Formats: sequence, C-alpha cells, structure tokens
Amino acid sequence: MQKITTKENGVSWIQVTPLAIILLGFLIAPLLVILTVSFWEYDIGGMYPAFSHVNYTEILTSHTTINLYLRTFKFTFFVWLITLSIGFSVSYFLSFCVASTTWRIALFLLCTIPFWTSNVIRMIAWIPFLGRNGAINQGLASMGLIDQPLEFLLFSEFAVILTYVHLYTLFMIVPIFNAMSKIDPDVIEAARDAGANGWQIVRHIIVPLTLNGVALGSIFIITLVMGDFFIVRVMSGGLSGSVASAMYNEITGLQYPAAAANAVLLVITVVLLVSVILRFVDVRKVLTE
Amino acid sequence: MKSKVQKPKNGRRKFLKGVAGVSAFAAGSQIIGAPMVWANKLKDIKLSHVGGAYSAMKPIAEQASKDLGFTIEMQNLGFEALTARVATQPKTIDIADLSFVSMPAVTPRGVMQGIDISRIKNWDKITPIFTQGKNQDGSTASTQGNAPYEMMYLEKMDSKAWHEGPTEHASLIPTIYNADTLGIRPDIIARPIENWSELFNPEFKGKAGIVDTPAVGIMDAAMALESRGDLIYGDKGNMTIEEIDKTMDVLIDLKKQGHFRSLWNTFDASVNLMVAGEVVIQSMWSPAVTAVRSRGVDCTFVALKEGYRGWGNGIGMMAHLDGLQRDAAYEYINWYLDGWQGAFIARQGYYSAVPETTKAALSQEEWDYWYEGKKATVDIKGPNGNLQEKAGHVRDGGSYWDRMGKVACWNAIHDENRHLTKRWNEFIAA
Repeated sequence: MQKITTKENGVSWIQVTPLAIILLGFLIAPLLVILTVSFWEYDIGGMYPAFSHVNYTEILTSHTTINLYLRTFKFTFFVWLITLSIGFSVSYFLSFCVASTTWRIALFLLCTIPFWTSNVIRMIAWIPFLGRNGAINQGLASMGLIDQPLEFLLFSEFAVILTYVHLYTLFMIVPIFNAMSKIDPDVIEAARDAGANGWQIVRHIIVPLTLNGVALGSIFIITLVMGDFFIVRVMSGGLSGSVASAMYNEITGLQYPAAAANAVLLVITVVLLVSVILRFVDVRKVLTE
Repeated sequence: MKSKVQKPKNGRRKFLKGVAGVSAFAAGSQIIGAPMVWANKLKDIKLSHVGGAYSAMKPIAEQASKDLGFTIEMQNLGFEALTARVATQPKTIDIADLSFVSMPAVTPRGVMQGIDISRIKNWDKITPIFTQGKNQDGSTASTQGNAPYEMMYLEKMDSKAWHEGPTEHASLIPTIYNADTLGIRPDIIARPIENWSELFNPEFKGKAGIVDTPAVGIMDAAMALESRGDLIYGDKGNMTIEEIDKTMDVLIDLKKQGHFRSLWNTFDASVNLMVAGEVVIQSMWSPAVTAVRSRGVDCTFVALKEGYRGWGNGIGMMAHLDGLQRDAAYEYINWYLDGWQGAFIARQGYYSAVPETTKAALSQEEWDYWYEGKKATVDIKGPNGNLQEKAGHVRDGGSYWDRMGKVACWNAIHDENRHLTKRWNEFIAA
C-alpha cells in the first residue's frame, strides 16, 4: 500500500468538508436524535424525555419481534437468492455472450427501461395480473389448466417476493455486470487454452472476479428489502409484515419512542449484516480499481 | 403513564397565555378600527387548511376563497401524518381539519385554541349529536369510543382537557361525518346480510376484509364478535387489555385460517378489492360503495341490526392564530357551516354538521334522496355533475336519523393503544 501523501493538508480538508457536513447533518445527527428518543417515555398526549429501557425491553422480549425479523430475513434471503441468479445470468450473457460492445450497452440499457416509471406504478401493475379474476388466472382457466383460481398469486408472500424481485433486480445486475466487464478476455482465453471447460472457467475465474460486484449488489438488496414496509403491505394485502411495517404501525399511533427503538435495532441488524459481507469482500478495492 | 397528560409544562403554558393576552388586545383594537380598513387588509390574508383528502377538498377552498375575498390554501395528509403534523408542527397550519379521533393526541398538547361559540352564527343549528350528545328523539347518542360530544367543549380558550357538558368554547367545529358499516357484493352473496357477525362467517372464508388501522380495525372485529355473542364489550372504542387480547386472539386465529383476503387502508384499495371481486364483504365508507357502483359493479352498504361505526370531523384553529387572521378564520368557519360545503359533501354521501343550511343549498330531490332516504325521483348527480345513482335508487340504510341515530360506537384511539399496537403487529406477523 502506498502511503497517502498529506502534504496538501489544507486542500484535502476542504475537499472532505462538504461530504462531512452532509453526513453529519443528514445522517449522524438524525441517528443521534432517534437513539435519544428511543429511550424516552410516551403516551398519547406526548413524549417525555427520560432514560428508560422499557421500549427495548418490550421489543426484545416479544415473540412478535422474532416473528417479524424471521419473516424479514426470509424475504431478504429469497429476494437475494433470486436476484443474484438473475443478476449473474443476465450479466454473464451481456459480458460473454454478446460480442459487440454496442449491442452490449444497448441491451444493458434495455434492462433499465422499467425503471423509467415509478416504483409504485410497477408494483400496483401486478395487482390486476395476479388477482383472483386477474389476467394470469383467466389465462390459465381459459387454457383449461385450472378450474379454481390460484389464490396464492396475490395478497401472499409470493406476491411480495415477486414484486421485490421485479423492482430490485437491476440493483444486482449493475454491480455484477460492472465487475464482469472488467474481466480481461485474455484471461478466459488463456484458461481455455490450458484446457479448462466452461464450468471451470465460471467457477475459478468469473465467480472470484465478480465477487465484489455480488457483494455490492447484495448490500443494495439487503438494505432495500429490510427497510421496506410499503411493498410488503400492499402486496400482502396488509396480512404480512416486516420489521419496518411494525415501526409504521407504531408511528401511526404516535408511539415515536417505540418506533425509534425498533429503528435502532434495525440499523444495528443491517450494519451487522453489511459488515459480515464486507469482511469477505473488499468493496473499496472494487471502487478504486 | 396517563397522569403525564396533566403534567404542567410551565414554559409553554406561560407562553400561550402571553399569546392569548396579546391577541385579545389585538382583537379589541379591531372593534375600534374602521370596517373599510378591515376589509382591505383581509384580502391579503392566507389561511392554510390541512386535512384528510375526504374532507379538505380543493373545490371547497376555491369556492370559499371566492366568497370570502381572502385565500384558503388546502393541503391533504393521511390520518397519521395529519395528527402528527398538528401535534408536532402546529405553526405550519392555520386551520386543522381533524377527525375527533385525533383529539386525544392534540388537545393535551395545547397546540390549538378554543373557538368562541358566540361567534359561530349557525352553532344552534348544528346537529344535536355533536352539541348535546343527543339524537333527534332526545335519546343519548352512543358514548362508546371517542364520541365527538365528549370532546366538543373546552372550559377556557387554552384548556388542555375537555369539559363535560356545554361551555362557551368549542375544541372543533363539526363539519363532516358519517355512519360506516359493511359493504357487500349482493350479486355474489345472494342472501340478506343483517348482522355484523357475517363478517366472520366461514362462508366468506378468503373473501372478507377489514380496515388495516389498529384502532378502527379492532372495532370492526368487536362489532362482529359482539354480534356473534363471543363477548360483550364495556366500550368497543376503549377496550380493556383483556378485551383487546380476546379480540386479537380471534383475529389472529381467523387470519391463520385464511379468512381475510386482504386488509385495506386507502379509499381506492377498498374500492378495487370490491370491484375485482377479491373481497365480497368488508367494512367500507359510504362514498367507496358509491364508487364501486359507479363502476358498474353492484355493491350494498348494508344496514345491520347492531348499528353503525360512526366517525366525525371538525375544523379548528391553531393556537398561533390571532388578530386579523383569527377574524378571517371565524369568517371561514361560518362560511363552512353556511350550506355550500354541506351540499358539496352531501352529494358524496357524507353528512353536514348543519343539515338545515345544507337543505337550502340542495335541490328538493337531492335532499329527499340523501337525507330523507326516499327513492330518487331524478338521476342523482355527484359533486362534479357525474351520475351517482339512477332515478329509482334508495339510499342504503334509509334516512339521516335512521343511520346517524344508530351509531353503536365511534372511531377512537383506545387508552390501551400501546398494547393494541403491539397485538396488531402480532396479528400482522402471525
């Protein structure tokens, strides 16, 4: 490692200042407020400064918390697994099966087209498709494949995961594609000359070299899914929940300290998950390559 | 915990008194000032009116601005966001358009000021449900839940608690309200539905819905459970921990059996669920039922033996209003009760606080249909001139007093709200 020169001390301080101010003002300060409020007491009439562990005790001793975390982890795991498979396949296709760079870029841009409309619209659009009398059920029925509509399609965990995958896959494609496109074609050529088959090339060259991209994509997916309350609420018909939807219900009842305690717990969980990923992968290296 | 509401907060109280004193002086000086100056200055006034989308509607603001000569700006927020905004950022609002359900979170904070009843022209014509807690026949209106009457009066301008029985100061001026019940698809359920217990009838497994708001959703459940004979509640709008537990246990059980197809939490979600046939029985709002019907799908707002779940909204003045702005606010409130707004909301199926002025602003046919529960003799139009109901239709549930007189309980925030939220989260997680 080269030692970073600190000769132009003054200049680098100035360069760092804007980001530092933004992070302090819009990240650190609000987090501190949330942390403070999470120890306060409350009732319907207001919040009262205190140093009480009640909010945390209530959360940590309730089996609802465990259920919600388990469910959130389940959503996260499945969405991660599916987006990873899709993201890897799509990136592999773009990087190694499409020869022309122009086509590669064009096809990649095609992946982003759905993102030109809002998340909400893309989510809501699934409802008429998946409903009891929706397009899929009607199609299957008219083909004679089913005689009872498939009820699990909508207002179910299936619908929630489907929507997450649809909305978030691009967050997996972009970093993996970015990592793959940096792989020197000569390396693969050399491996082939040395007698490696297709699977061995994927296993020993492509996967290790795209691991950083996978890690970045995984961080996106984990933070997006774990922080969501809206998609899970709409697509499950309010019948399934995440950690964040419990927070939302608390905010509804003006129970800010309880919601704050929940938020602190969620931040800790997500930070732990992300730091596990970062232990395996040097994301900084990806960004400076 | 509850004693905390009364906890003295000297700083703010002193400050409020100060404000009140200054504004009283300002109001006094206006009486001396010439009316011409007053009218001239008034046109520069802007009042920011914030409320729910079903109540704070743009056309009302436009008409009021036109009639009054000063500007009303309207902004919509959802129930939770609105309550939080009024409670925690009171100075960003002038006129708060609140459900009475929000009041337990608002009044103790001292963010609003009492309204001098003597300055409200049509006060005596406001329906006795609000002003006296009575129905037309003199019987006591339901006191279960956050009954508007119980939160109607303040002892003084800056009181942080309600007063039992009439005083000279109102916390809110009632505006819009209704009686809610179950909406059903009569084309699919080909038999009469007469009791709330039908909501939990296994016949509708996978086709039922309730509101996805803990405080109101549990009341739907309570209506159904009481009707089914499971338990009798002391107050369905303010349950004990034991009552909450029993009710939530049933809800969790029903959810596990797959009884609910979907919960709903927005107006259009309730409409879409019904139109798409995902749900055939669910609690609804009256205009949502109309919206389903206007899409060509049959839907009935059934009158049930156990009565309705009532709700009410009112507009109130924020504590910081004084001087000319407060005068304008009084003008605005008086305009609100004068008929135009009442007729506008009547055409959507809501009731106005002052039926008398609303009657004058509606046509006789409209009045007979919406308030008297008579068969429509002409096509009934909505507020924008759109067709609401064809001639010959009769409003579900009948006349005003047939409906409002049968409110069994009012939407509410429960004292044990904390426990309720916890159990509701458990229901969602189950």
